[in-house]
Amino acid sequence: MTDQKPFIDIRHAQKSFGTLEVLKDINLQVQKGQIVAIIGPSGSGKSTLLRAINDLDPLTGGEVWLEDKRINKTLPHSQYEKHINLVRQEIGMVFQHFNLFPHLKVRENVTLAPKMLKGLSGTEANKLAEEQLEKVGMLERIDYYPSQLSGGQKQRVAIARALAMNPKVMLFDEATSALDPELVEEVNLVMKKLAQEHMTMIIVTHEMSFAEAVCDKVLFMDQGVVVEEGPPEVIFRNPKNDRTKEFLRKHLAGQNA
Amino acid sequence: MDFDLMQRVFPFFLEAAWITIILSVLTAILGLTCGILGAAARLSRFALLRFVGAAYVSVIRGTPALIQLFILYFGGPQIGIQLDAFEAGVIGLGLNAGAYMTETIRGAIITIDKGQIEAARTVGLSRLQTMRYVVLPQAMRLMIRPLGVNINALIKATALVAAISVVELTYTAQRYIGSTYKPFEMFLIAGILYMIIIYVTGQAVAWLDRKARIN
Repeated sequence: MTDQKPFIDIRHAQKSFGTLEVLKDINLQVQKGQIVAIIGPSGSGKSTLLRAINDLDPLTGGEVWLEDKRINKTLPHSQYEKHINLVRQEIGMVFQHFNLFPHLKVRENVTLAPKMLKGLSGTEANKLAEEQLEKVGMLERIDYYPSQLSGGQKQRVAIARALAMNPKVMLFDEATSALDPELVEEVNLVMKKLAQEHMTMIIVTHEMSFAEAVCDKVLFMDQGVVVEEGPPEVIFRNPKNDRTKEFLRKHLAGQNA
Repeated sequence: MDFDLMQRVFPFFLEAAWITIILSVLTAILGLTCGILGAAARLSRFALLRFVGAAYVSVIRGTPALIQLFILYFGGPQIGIQLDAFEAGVIGLGLNAGAYMTETIRGAIITIDKGQIEAARTVGLSRLQTMRYVVLPQAMRLMIRPLGVNINALIKATALVAAISVVELTYTAQRYIGSTYKPFEMFLIAGILYMIIIYVTGQAVAWLDRKARIN
């Protein structure tokens, strides 16, 4: 491995809801351009960890860094808001349930943030929307409303919306879990394309074959700890830990059933 | 039924209906203002404002509107608030309607899926921008109909200000009963005029709601 400074650095992440500890001293380093998958049973804390990166679910202990910027800072309210809004512009996020803005057309879903935050003019914003939608293969639906799209199409638009802010990192929170099986592939293809463009990505997923094909590193989490981490060929083909083996065995059985 | 009498008094009832309409419009404006402020207070990140908003709603909703009007109009002078009957009517009914509208507006806002807020915040929009461009446009559509229900109630509640001698529809009916001893006819005219006002308002709300849905 390199001794390069990590692009994203999560140090001793700890998170409790009351007496329930959902993240226990988690460390994760992600290099620029690296693609990391987080897998594990539901309730393992993988989504919570992902959502801690952009401080959507703030940690109760530990640090999150993006390059040389500390993300989860304790600041007075207005300063924190300023800080986090700037940080979040650099971190794209894609949700399980898409969360497109239903009152806005596809175009406006993509342009809202760039217009508000980067001061793009109408024409600049439109050009940006067209570029981003072209990239995810949704250009022909630019003037549709989200309700007129299939799940896979919605998720592709949601990816375009995140990319429009030109983020340094993309977070995917079970991006294909809510999709009908036949719609998963079109979203996976877009994510693969991003991978080829060396986008830094952290992906929480249940799609083991996708994770194996695309990722550089896999984390297996269970009950708030990283049980095992390593390159996908090791985690999926030759896991050392019994819990990892058990999880993968059950998961594969479930998929074949 | 004394149709002849009804015809003769009708113009006076029309004038009174006009007062009822003005009273309703002013009350609705004040009510909406209080409702927006009340909802903002109830959803504030400051505990004190949340408390003030909640206290406002429970005091108003926990007491009869008539008592509120009486306190304002008859009790006001004792604590240095001098209002004429019409002013007391607008302010009393407006504050009353505002409490119900606070809950309507707040209800519509908190119905908006949390994922919408998360999506807006993760692209870097501020709390205010998220509210203005993502939450409110969706919530406004949801609140048109229930606000229509609040306005319907508010129009009918204007009848209460007859008790503090504002010369609106109900008061006018009572006054003519005093001189004609024909309560059936007088209340019938008043009732019909109320119904027309409420019907027209209801149609306007339904039209707004349809328009909001199409967009």
